[in-house]
Amino acid sequence: MTAPTQSALDIAADVRAGRRAAAAVVDEHLDAIEARDDEIHAFNLVLADEARQAALAIDRRVAAGEDPGPLAGVPVALKDNLCTAGVPTTCSSRILEGWRPPYDATVVEKLADAGAIVVGKTNLDEFAMGSSTENSAFGPTRNPHDTSKVPGGSSGGSAAAVAAGFAALALGSDTGGSIRQPAALCGVVGMKPTYGRVSRYGLVAFASSLDQIGPLSRTVADAAALYQVIAGHDPRDATSIPEPVQDVRAGLVEGVAGLRVGVVTELCEAEGIQPDVMARVRQAIDALEEAGAKVDEVSVPAVVYGLTAYYLINPAEASSNLARYDGVRFGLRVDAPTTGEMYDRTRTAGFGAEVERRIMLGTYALSAGYYDAFYGKAQRVRTLIIRDLEAAYERFDVLVGPTAPSTAFPFGAKTADPLTMYLNDVCTIPSNLSGQPAISVPFGTGDDGLPVGVQVMAPALGEAAMFRAAAAVEAGAPERGDA
Amino acid sequence: MAQITRDEVAHVARLARLLLTDEELDTFTGQLAKVLDHARDVEALDVADVPPTAHPYPLVNVVRPDEEQPCLDREAVLAGAPATEDGQLRVPPVLGEAP
Repeated sequence: MTAPTQSALDIAADVRAGRRAAAAVVDEHLDAIEARDDEIHAFNLVLADEARQAALAIDRRVAAGEDPGPLAGVPVALKDNLCTAGVPTTCSSRILEGWRPPYDATVVEKLADAGAIVVGKTNLDEFAMGSSTENSAFGPTRNPHDTSKVPGGSSGGSAAAVAAGFAALALGSDTGGSIRQPAALCGVVGMKPTYGRVSRYGLVAFASSLDQIGPLSRTVADAAALYQVIAGHDPRDATSIPEPVQDVRAGLVEGVAGLRVGVVTELCEAEGIQPDVMARVRQAIDALEEAGAKVDEVSVPAVVYGLTAYYLINPAEASSNLARYDGVRFGLRVDAPTTGEMYDRTRTAGFGAEVERRIMLGTYALSAGYYDAFYGKAQRVRTLIIRDLEAAYERFDVLVGPTAPSTAFPFGAKTADPLTMYLNDVCTIPSNLSGQPAISVPFGTGDDGLPVGVQVMAPALGEAAMFRAAAAVEAGAPERGDA
Repeated sequence: MAQITRDEVAHVARLARLLLTDEELDTFTGQLAKVLDHARDVEALDVADVPPTAHPYPLVNVVRPDEEQPCLDREAVLAGAPATEDGQLRVPPVLGEAP
């Protein structure tokens, strides 16, 4: 059987008009999951009964002449670090295995209000720490384009779910590239909003100054539609931006005539960038130029320090955020004669190796005597990166480059040395450090036939220009088949 | 900057409440040292006059009026707890043989 390929916008239009029943749409996607998720393992948990119930409710609303919402009947997959009330949320960790949150994340509430239908919770690298989904405590997810290859990470399950047709949309989280890099490796669109644009209430915290929730989809228009639903101020998130959300959808068809596009030298020349990946990026840049954009090279010098700053800041923040997993209030508890021993045994039994590694790195970077040299310094380097990016944005509306240095790599190829895995994030990290939005758009394949993603970056609250450029990149992309 | 030592990793693991085997201690020491080695490339940067960024978006003093608002249902929260008694979280003795 072929997996569903209808876009989210088309599904919603059909359901809203009564041309298709949400129940039929959901069944079609659940069939695809049943046929292939044993092989792909995009999901930690499939919510078939719940999805069917929700679909029937949507169909009843349509029949009653009520507005079922802008994403009515659209199957959505949620990364398993997003809290879903009463439904297990594991972060792909043993320490939260079976834990059911007592509340829904804000984005989950917004999706329900929009009429979207959650079909399941997707696999991730444990606590979102990783770039291949190999760090999941429940087994890896396979890339639907080639099941011997990783889907990328940490939102590997979400990216695979969209690529395989299990869901028309997905939500992921992005701290150092965890939406964009798996999107690139799986040949789907993945976007990280401006920091604070989407509420983090109900997103299990990894690195609080870097984390953002964002959409994964097959088309740029779908990503824009989902972004429009989830974006907005939330009083329950103290880091949430108060400014109203601009509507980015109308601008998608505006084209890029006169748009100033900067090609970031340091990102295009970063360590390990595959030549065939770079060739596709050049092709995308040509497409933008042909569409009327003004393209030029730009140097953003401090960007070369991005990886170093990120791998000091993210573990430091993670070590603080993960201190709450101690067996007291929720999740795993390993019994012991004293609370201290309970903490030790619970955390040791519950956390995987990469999580332990980052907690220790972070604890060290924050410890007395080392704070200024490591974390303090990284925070100042972060300022340098922000300054250089802001300088670039005075001359350019958007910046372009590769999303990931390589196409999807084989399982085990980068697990021997943590540093090798960290290099996957070199192009995506700067936007997390600066809190600026960025999107990966599929653009052809590499020499190995696997998907390549091109990244468009924009200044803070510059989503409109970012989506415009992304739509133009998408329009210029070579033909691609589905997974 | 000196390389991280096995003793330092052991100390940090204790702080972080993680029990490591000797083998893990060795492996992690090697891996952490390699990551920290990369910190050398910013060591030489003179950033003394550069203010630190803790937070990328300039929001300050985000507060709400000090008025009672509904919060999470106690039953629902305690339902996710490993052990409860009389509406409280039950834990092993805090004082005992110190680890």
